[in-house]
Amino acid sequence: MTSTSFKHIGQRSIRPDGLDKVTGKARFGADYYLPGMLVGVVVRSPHPHATIKSIDTTAARAISGVKAVITAQDFPEISHEEAMSGESVVDFRDLSHNVMARDKVLYIGHPVAAIAATSQQAADAAAQALQVVYEIHPHVLNVDEAMASDAPILHSDLDPDGGEPTNIAKRHVFNRGDTKQGFARADVVIEREFTTKQVHQGYIEPHAVVADTGEDGRSVVWCSSQGHFLVRDQTAKVLGWERSRLKVIPAEIGGGFGGKTTIYLEPLAVLLSAKSGRPVKMVMSRDEVFMATGPGPGSRVRVKIGATSDGKITAAEVWMAFDAGAFKGSPVGAACQTVLAPYEIHDVSITGLDVVINTPKVAAYRAPGAPIGAFAAESVLDEIAEALSMDPIDLRYQNAVEEGSESTYGPTFKLIGFKETLEAIKEHPHYKATLGPNQGRGVACGFWFNAGLGSSATVSIHEDGTASVLTGSPDIGGSRASMALMAAEVLGIDETRIRPSIVDTDSIGFTDVTGGSRVTFATGMAVIEACGEIVEDLRGRAAMIWGAEPDDVEWQSGQAQHSDGSKPPLSLAEIAGSAAKTGGPIAATASLTARGVGPAFSTQVCDVEVDPDTGLVDILRYTTAQDAGRAIHPSYVEGQMQGGVVQGIGWALNEEYVYDDSGRMENPMFLDYRMPVASDLPMIDTVIVEVPNPGHPYGVRGVGEVGIVPPLAAIANAINGATDVRLRDLPMSPPRVVDALSSELNGATGTPAG
Amino acid sequence: MKTHVTCSVNGDPVEFLVDDSQTLLSALRDELKLTGVKEGCGTGDCGACSVLLNGELTCSCLVFAPEVQNSQVVTVEGLADPDNLHPLQAAFLEGAALQCGICTPGFLVAAKALLDRNPTPNEKEVRYAIAGNLCRCTGYDKIVRSILDVAADLASESETVGE
Repeated sequence: MTSTSFKHIGQRSIRPDGLDKVTGKARFGADYYLPGMLVGVVVRSPHPHATIKSIDTTAARAISGVKAVITAQDFPEISHEEAMSGESVVDFRDLSHNVMARDKVLYIGHPVAAIAATSQQAADAAAQALQVVYEIHPHVLNVDEAMASDAPILHSDLDPDGGEPTNIAKRHVFNRGDTKQGFARADVVIEREFTTKQVHQGYIEPHAVVADTGEDGRSVVWCSSQGHFLVRDQTAKVLGWERSRLKVIPAEIGGGFGGKTTIYLEPLAVLLSAKSGRPVKMVMSRDEVFMATGPGPGSRVRVKIGATSDGKITAAEVWMAFDAGAFKGSPVGAACQTVLAPYEIHDVSITGLDVVINTPKVAAYRAPGAPIGAFAAESVLDEIAEALSMDPIDLRYQNAVEEGSESTYGPTFKLIGFKETLEAIKEHPHYKATLGPNQGRGVACGFWFNAGLGSSATVSIHEDGTASVLTGSPDIGGSRASMALMAAEVLGIDETRIRPSIVDTDSIGFTDVTGGSRVTFATGMAVIEACGEIVEDLRGRAAMIWGAEPDDVEWQSGQAQHSDGSKPPLSLAEIAGSAAKTGGPIAATASLTARGVGPAFSTQVCDVEVDPDTGLVDILRYTTAQDAGRAIHPSYVEGQMQGGVVQGIGWALNEEYVYDDSGRMENPMFLDYRMPVASDLPMIDTVIVEVPNPGHPYGVRGVGEVGIVPPLAAIANAINGATDVRLRDLPMSPPRVVDALSSELNGATGTPAG
Repeated sequence: MKTHVTCSVNGDPVEFLVDDSQTLLSALRDELKLTGVKEGCGTGDCGACSVLLNGELTCSCLVFAPEVQNSQVVTVEGLADPDNLHPLQAAFLEGAALQCGICTPGFLVAAKALLDRNPTPNEKEVRYAIAGNLCRCTGYDKIVRSILDVAADLASESETVGE
């Protein structure tokens, strides 16, 4: 389906950063070594909920080789102040208290001190020697415990209903129409309850940072993140520094999936470096990553949907409680907005609760909140299709949103490609293939907004006709290749003559995070705009050389051409070679807030085989169709689709935080936190649907996130197809599947939470 | 008291001093600055630190550095010769088998170990051979295809030689 009207866009070019990554030269967060560098470690709370009575650093400081020890006392107290941080809201006071606990610790792993020393051994010994006295409080580990009437309260200032403080930080309510009347019009009404556990983003690269503070009080920070401007701004805020005191240099990033859109180690490393006068390197261990960085939320969700006998949805009610971890701010608001978004439903009532519990603060995770909502809604829709003896795709198609539909969360959709993804799956050979015994097929759909936000790009044309494209967007999945292709398309030169780079916070205009599926869309827009300015400049210079008017010059195939054909064309390299005589250096910068975001839809089909004895669910075949708007680099679009699906498979089948009664995570390692490995999976077939986004010069929508939205329900629906049993509690791991298959209780009210 | 270790890394003789508790991974990264070898977990579960130790696929985080005395170690930095990428490296680039790239060195080493002992694996054999390596970005699809592409090339080359 790729358009043939482009010369560069749509090509499967070799990514510009690829060579460094296959030869081991690429430098990630932990790969920086500076002369005189110290090792920094974090001392973490062993209790899930306690008051810090005292911290005595004397013994720790006395250990040979220890150069700096910091605690809460070294951080300014800042007031509650909410600001947009990328696509989510950050409260700087909470952020500050999360990176270093003040009066209370709120989860096992909450930092209480940090130490810099000349060796790992010295730092570890000092951590052991640090004396912290705690007064322990009872704790809560899930939304049910946290909302119980006698629950211990984490924060004294959370009272959304204006009464006594509670653990409910916020109540989101969306009501439209009259659901009572809507359900009265329905021939079938199904209401079910679902639970999901916390899951981790699971990036393979642990958080890592090196900070070097100079005599002038300015600090240079090397770290991997999804946004080095975010790291700069949040670190400055937490330290009470001016932003210009910090320069953040982006390392290559070894995966993020939303989890690296916040800070943990950075302010500690900067402060330790400032105190010691030496560079400080801090790298988390894997168990620290699990126990102290953002999982996605656990949840309890109820969904009720009604439909007429011919398959028209008449009303829907949704109630969701998401845990936020230790500080407010789960993605339940986004879940409320996305849960029914693929469908035209007038009468809706959606309530979402943001609930604090004694676990690490949740962080964004790929389409934050949407997979949990879709798990519930798409499971109920599947039951409705079953009850009506309708094909599940036909049911969805009949209710699917299209251009002009008013979404359940408010805005009216512009041109979108949801129905095209449903058609793509219905027509795919996969959907018609036969199934064997104990095998089943499931379908589900997903929606994600995508984001625009701020981006900057600087393009320079060199005298030899090559070009540099600088941006501030960390590249997690091949976006440099997309930047080069889009620049090549505008400039008309081969993408191998374009060098895309991601540069530090002092070298480019502000750029929001690599998140919200926004980089190819928004940063691409900045690149296109800057390249467009370059082309205008080149046309003017060609006109000057020819003694013509700029309007007489056209830019085609990387050449200036006189409109009447009276002059031999001038190539970009020829114009660049004489730039000194035509006005000097050729460069352009664009900084913009990208408007015209095009939302993403995905439809997926999955075949499973369920072993009735062991409960093992084997993914036999998986096909995903997604509207990319325009695939700039199809291989990396497919990669996003496949990666999203497989994270969803892990979430559906095996991944979960397991806490013991004391609040300690029992599985903070990859052996026991079981992410999918190659032998668990089939190939993931992809169908790239291209319904161009009218808001982007090349029609780009974001592709990064929506792929993770459908798999949880697609797999649950497939398991039902194989076993006639519906699982409503994630993960659908072998013990739960065996329990569900043998349970007579499985019925209309859903399975009880485990 | 440190231990003096002499061994071969990527064909070059090297020596270094390590604490007895230091892992081979730490020696490679912190002493020799071969940072292509990655640490993802430190417990042998993710494979990002994979090396060939005397030809055997090994998690370098599970080996103490003093154990490699007089051994031969190959890391991702030793796969290419000065003029040419290893066919697996070229295939990974061509096949878009990496996204963030942090796991890539480990996958390349694991795939080389597979093809060294079985140049013509089928898809299932490839999937099991790299099951000790975690990738969170790709869903493994393009990694498996790229390894199979190299295997197919090797098979056609050996047929040509056979003729």
